[in-house]
Amino acid sequence: MAKPAALERVSEAVWELPVSFKPGMRVPARIYGTEKLIGEMDDAVYDQVTNVATLPGIVKYALCMPDGHFGYGFPIGGVAAMDVAEGGVISPGGIGFDINCGMRLVRTNLTYDEVRPRLRELIDKLFAAVPAGVGSTGFLKLSRQEFRRVVEEGSRWCVERGYGWNEDLELTEDNGCTPGADASTVSERAVDRGFNQIGTLGSGNHYLEIQVVREANIFDRDLAEAFGLTEGQIVVMYHCGSRGFGHQVATDYLRLFLSVMESKYGIRILDRELACTPYDSPEGRDYFAAMKCALNMSFANRQMILHRIREVFSDVFGQPAERLAIHMVYDIAHNTAKLERYLVDGKERSLLVHRKGATRAFAPGMAGLPERYKKIGQPVIIGGSMETGSYLLVGTAGGRETFFSTPHGSGRTMSRTKARKQWHGKELQRQMEERGIYVRTASWSGLAEEAGGAYKNIDEVTAASDLAGISRRVVRLVPIGNVKG
Amino acid sequence: MAYHYLEDFAIADIAFEATGKDLEELFSSAADATMNVMIEDLDTIIGREGREIELRSGEPDMLLFDLLQEVIYYKDAEQLMLRIKDMTITEKAGAYLLRAVGIGERLDPKRHEQRADVKAVTLHHFKVEKAGGLWKALVILDV
Repeated sequence: MAKPAALERVSEAVWELPVSFKPGMRVPARIYGTEKLIGEMDDAVYDQVTNVATLPGIVKYALCMPDGHFGYGFPIGGVAAMDVAEGGVISPGGIGFDINCGMRLVRTNLTYDEVRPRLRELIDKLFAAVPAGVGSTGFLKLSRQEFRRVVEEGSRWCVERGYGWNEDLELTEDNGCTPGADASTVSERAVDRGFNQIGTLGSGNHYLEIQVVREANIFDRDLAEAFGLTEGQIVVMYHCGSRGFGHQVATDYLRLFLSVMESKYGIRILDRELACTPYDSPEGRDYFAAMKCALNMSFANRQMILHRIREVFSDVFGQPAERLAIHMVYDIAHNTAKLERYLVDGKERSLLVHRKGATRAFAPGMAGLPERYKKIGQPVIIGGSMETGSYLLVGTAGGRETFFSTPHGSGRTMSRTKARKQWHGKELQRQMEERGIYVRTASWSGLAEEAGGAYKNIDEVTAASDLAGISRRVVRLVPIGNVKG
Repeated sequence: MAYHYLEDFAIADIAFEATGKDLEELFSSAADATMNVMIEDLDTIIGREGREIELRSGEPDMLLFDLLQEVIYYKDAEQLMLRIKDMTITEKAGAYLLRAVGIGERLDPKRHEQRADVKAVTLHHFKVEKAGGLWKALVILDV
């Protein structure tokens, strides 16, 4: 892994590739990271982020976050804002197949000392209540017709039926229901793949973790308290997406875009995975409406999982979830595209911001924040590897330069195929248990592929975000129990 | 059946290379490579149920893309783990027609040791080509 000779350091944690790096680049590419992260970044990131820089309508920069790594089309960690009034495109490859893959962080009033003796029982029951693994199906039995309502209504559908509390909606991005979702734009095949999967984790890097707040890991005590987090407290963090439904929506439109992109719109691209159409086109608008259905499916998925978490905690600790104060901190997507307004070259424009493996990180005072976070900024939930820990950060005014985007995770450094040769699932489970982390998994080799050693150092990734000023660390959360997909 | 997974490529996803003496053999290998990402031992999949598959495409590579999507579709829609058998691919006036049967059974977590769920077939570096008398495919699966 050698960084390109043309890569220039703009500041401590910001690097730039000029438009002369590759023919067709419309804007420079900016990659965020410390010197160490940049040195370790795989070559594909530079190639992919500069491919993104060639897309019609892109403004300012093609961006890659500090956790960037080999993706398809966009790199993972890729961010690009397209001016929709200037032919800006929408691309499924800039969002990812797992639309609204995202994170939810939930707090409790339980302490480490209270949970430790019941940890095995807790994880075993969560493992049973939140299905994980290949093609797993959830407890909710819906007709296809009702499922179409779910994807238009998102978490609201769940809360209205008793699967959650009203406050959950306020603490979810877009209140758990992205407006403009239109189920008539999704295929029957997409519905087939998703209608029985609500309330499931999936697999790969998806997980549900019991974590603890340790005093030494609190970076900003006031902010931590504002988010309801204090020393010794137990929290639950989970990572999952829109399951087969979202995957099929992305696949359907990738196929459609390929058939019209060049013939109808004259757009030529450097990688078929960047297939796109103008946002302002029938195909582009249909995809945007279908993608919003997948955003909502995912919010509903994480909402149903929260319902199950409350049930399990209530069962294990013999008290209602209200008494255990199982409140959400926040829920945020990291595979998405959203229309946002920004001042670019002195003119306010409507930009379609693609975030693929990147988290929106709104600064204090911005519209779209829950009332209670208006003064402090948006919580940013960054999932680390199952061995090393995760982070809660907060959006800052400095995020303007990345269209208020920041990393989403650790970012891999080793392929799954290589990792499964290096580690053995059962052995890894035993070693983790010795270190105080109890893991249940649907797949032993899947567990091996997720070993901490296959990931970048999350401390370095969040430090880079802090240094670049695109978000600020609040607290590092350490795992003690994990349900692995 | 000939396929192998690539170690230093597509680090967050899974890349494989498949080969075959003709398109049918290549496609069968690629379908097995896709299923093998999800199920560790393909021999544990018993042929209890069948699904007929018929696909058309102007390009052989997109025909493979669609076939692999079928395998992924049945995994989610019916929890069916399928292997592709009795495949014929014919070309007429520049259009390819694929007919095959997917044979397999519903996922049984007790008998089928799982690996990772496949979300989609990506088109990143996706390739079907003939070299030295052998058909080859390069595929990156999103997991």
